[in-house]
Amino acid sequence: MKQSNDFWFDVGPLHAIPPRGARTVKTPRREIAVFRTASDEVFALENRCPHKGGPLSDGIVHGRKVACPLHNWIINLDDGKATGADSGCARSFPVKLENGRIYLDMSVAAAP
Amino acid sequence: MEHRSTAPRQKLVVLGNGMAAGRVLEELFERAPERYDVTIFGAEPRVNYDRIMLSPVLAGDKQFDDIVVHDDAWYARHNIDLRKGEPVVAIDRAARTVRTETGAIHPYDALIIATGSRPILIPVPGAELPGVVTFRDLDDVDAMLTAARKGGNAVVIGGGLLGLEAAAGLAANGMKTSVVHLMPTLMERQLDPNAAYLLQKAIEQRGIEILTGANTSAILGSDKVEAVRLDDGRTLPADLVVMAVGIRPNAILAKEAGLEVKRGLVVDDFLRTSDDNIFAVGECVEHRGQCYGLVAPLYEMARTLAATLAGEQVPGYAGSVTSTKLKVTGVDLFSAGNFAEGDENDEIVLRDPRRGVYKRIVLQDNRVIGAVLYGDTADGAWYFDLLKKNADITAMRDTLISGQAYQGGVPLDPIAAVAGLSDDVEICGCNGVCKGTITQAITAKGLTTLDELRAQTKASASCGQCTSKVEALLVATLGDKYAGGARKPMCKCVDLTHEEVRGFIVSKELKSVPAVMQELGWKTSCGCPSCRPALNYYLLCAWPGEYRDDAQSRFINERVHANIQKDGTFSVVPRMWGGLTTPNELRAIADVADRFKIPTVKVTGGQRIDLLGVRKEDLPAVWAQLNAAGLVSGQAYAKSLRTVKTCVGTDWCRFGTQDSTGLGVKLERLLCGSWTPAKVKLAVSGCPRNCAEATVKDIGIICVESGYDIHIAGAAGLHVRATDLLGHVDTEEEALEYVAATMQLYREQAGYLERVWKWVEKVGLDKVRAAIMDDHEGRRALFDRFQQSQRAVRKDPWAERAAGRELHEFMPLAELNLIMPAAAE
Repeated sequence: MKQSNDFWFDVGPLHAIPPRGARTVKTPRREIAVFRTASDEVFALENRCPHKGGPLSDGIVHGRKVACPLHNWIINLDDGKATGADSGCARSFPVKLENGRIYLDMSVAAAP
Repeated sequence: MEHRSTAPRQKLVVLGNGMAAGRVLEELFERAPERYDVTIFGAEPRVNYDRIMLSPVLAGDKQFDDIVVHDDAWYARHNIDLRKGEPVVAIDRAARTVRTETGAIHPYDALIIATGSRPILIPVPGAELPGVVTFRDLDDVDAMLTAARKGGNAVVIGGGLLGLEAAAGLAANGMKTSVVHLMPTLMERQLDPNAAYLLQKAIEQRGIEILTGANTSAILGSDKVEAVRLDDGRTLPADLVVMAVGIRPNAILAKEAGLEVKRGLVVDDFLRTSDDNIFAVGECVEHRGQCYGLVAPLYEMARTLAATLAGEQVPGYAGSVTSTKLKVTGVDLFSAGNFAEGDENDEIVLRDPRRGVYKRIVLQDNRVIGAVLYGDTADGAWYFDLLKKNADITAMRDTLISGQAYQGGVPLDPIAAVAGLSDDVEICGCNGVCKGTITQAITAKGLTTLDELRAQTKASASCGQCTSKVEALLVATLGDKYAGGARKPMCKCVDLTHEEVRGFIVSKELKSVPAVMQELGWKTSCGCPSCRPALNYYLLCAWPGEYRDDAQSRFINERVHANIQKDGTFSVVPRMWGGLTTPNELRAIADVADRFKIPTVKVTGGQRIDLLGVRKEDLPAVWAQLNAAGLVSGQAYAKSLRTVKTCVGTDWCRFGTQDSTGLGVKLERLLCGSWTPAKVKLAVSGCPRNCAEATVKDIGIICVESGYDIHIAGAAGLHVRATDLLGHVDTEEEALEYVAATMQLYREQAGYLERVWKWVEKVGLDKVRAAIMDDHEGRRALFDRFQQSQRAVRKDPWAERAAGRELHEFMPLAELNLIMPAAAE
């Protein structure tokens, strides 16, 4: 059941994340990595690489991808899928940018 | 359309007499000439003119008369009651009237708000001084031209479209002009860094100074503007200051009338505001969350609004895709759509440094979603059309970047393509080398490698972009005899090797990542995780103190100055000079381990203490506490000097021949903090028994009775390799100088991530030995360069971060401990 309209949580301003960088949002159930690309798009993935659980927020962001800092798996930011020969998927979460602020849909982000 | 010309005319009132209002009326009179009696209230004391042509007026390319859209005769012809210089100050929605500045009340049946936008004024001290102007209307242009007649200095704040046009205009009028721009690159909203780099070069060639990353802190002057001060302390003399930092929708009147206003006056797809009788159009509106500051969307809105007012049933306005052109004579620049830094698969890039051309088409699912063109914008409209039509370009993908004129050709295999060229076709544009010259040189002189060919013919020896063509010629001419197959390009973004890229960075004096990518023909717009850290290092090494390090091009270990571990925690290694420590330091380490509940404390292979399992958010506090006890970062995470391992030497050992511990400390102090291609480990042993295991280190010193044997190129990791003897020196002073010079040679020559032993194998031990041991002048020059670079970098990164620099790395953006309703579970 979705009631997403009511659950857009303001997690902070865009400028708090460096371009080509990421920061985390801690929630009771999981840690979410929020990425900002060079062109100010935002994406949110669970902060765990599908390979060995590496913190994706610590990786190098290039284009709409991030390289996991542990073993250099390349993960797509838009759907969380591993690229190339690797397979696996980090869970992705709805996120939006409005008037310079980032909103995360907590009805999805906090769901099991 | 059916019009009841006998019906009484409705009263249409328009607030604002800019381009939007003019266009709406033009369209409306075409559709329903008899329907309305029109009254326009304009704030400016003149007729409707083409505001976007103010730049050519400033530059002297046009006169005001040239940019008038509707002259007085037009208003008369359409029976428009034009009230110039009479702004409306209030709207009474209940009574359907407007009140003007003079107190006159005027009724309406339909009202159009087209009040445009206002320039943003940055609220710095001195902003109200005479001589500070914006760039919005003809009065501003007149003010600028008046100031320019007196000459002197102009400072333009804002490096966007308007700011650059203003700067070009002022420079053309003879003012010494500077542009102060807050962001690191010009026009960052329309251009990627590569195009911005070319633009900056072109603007600078006009004698305009560009200061990027520059924040204005105050405008100075007593009764008129005299200077602009930046927050880094620099002061720029100024007789005129132009603020061109952006515009803001002008919706104050609408807000006071109780209409829905967010960033702009909110309208639906038919340009209707929250009041059914009030419409709005142009820069004052917000449509589907979007505000526009360009002319094309305004025209599209005007068409929809005119149709609506004429009573036609039309599909609503659905928002606009916009494109930008810079109106500076001699600068060709076009940008449209989304030029999000793309992945290598989703973009096509063409760079021609000699002509100053850069083209980048961004694709998604084989459809154009964005385009940036610099230097050659002839195909801009064509790309923009493909973009707006959302056309599938699969069939022409191979020739898309060549433009519209080249569609329909059949792509060739690259080797066959080059082989098929006639002999007089130019292959290397930089040096004017034709195909015939190259193939003749190959056969006549028996050349088999790219390097030989470069030395003989100069082909591909300048910018390197024709390298793949030249290689194809070698393959086509020599067939299997071509030995260059082992040649490995740096990454898939470029055809050049690491060594070639490094060489060009120095010889062509390339000082930024966009400069390297443009001049050396990167095939992607922004590189990849493999070339970006390498370029960052090469630039840092080539231009110490000048190049600004890019944190986002570094691996996490170097960004947060600690080693990432398998569970995402970090390990911290304080420096212990030469392996020495004190009870106080040990106590401090123990206290830190206790206080931050660090689970593992371990001695490393390099005689240092490793604190393992530190939580990322604790790092700054851990460092602060270690710093307070006098400990600094051991750089155990960095491509840099890690440790100098030592034995106890003459101080304690029966066999020690020299003070190996003391030399270790001195070496570590000399070399620490220096960025290197890969990690570097040293050791100093006090005698040939070699207790410090110096013969498996990158650089090892074995102390002997007669002095110091310097060893090099050991390894004890994935590869195990004993060192080679580089040479012998007599004094400790010499040992320090020779080792530092060796470090510098390695820094300047090795490819990124290449360990010392690999580098030595690549260049040959003899060459390294000759450069360090025999060429005394050369060695001293290396030593000097090393010290110069150390002046720029030797600081404790922990202290900087503990003091709060880039704190965002360590803190979560947000912590949400919400209680979700049961339904969400």
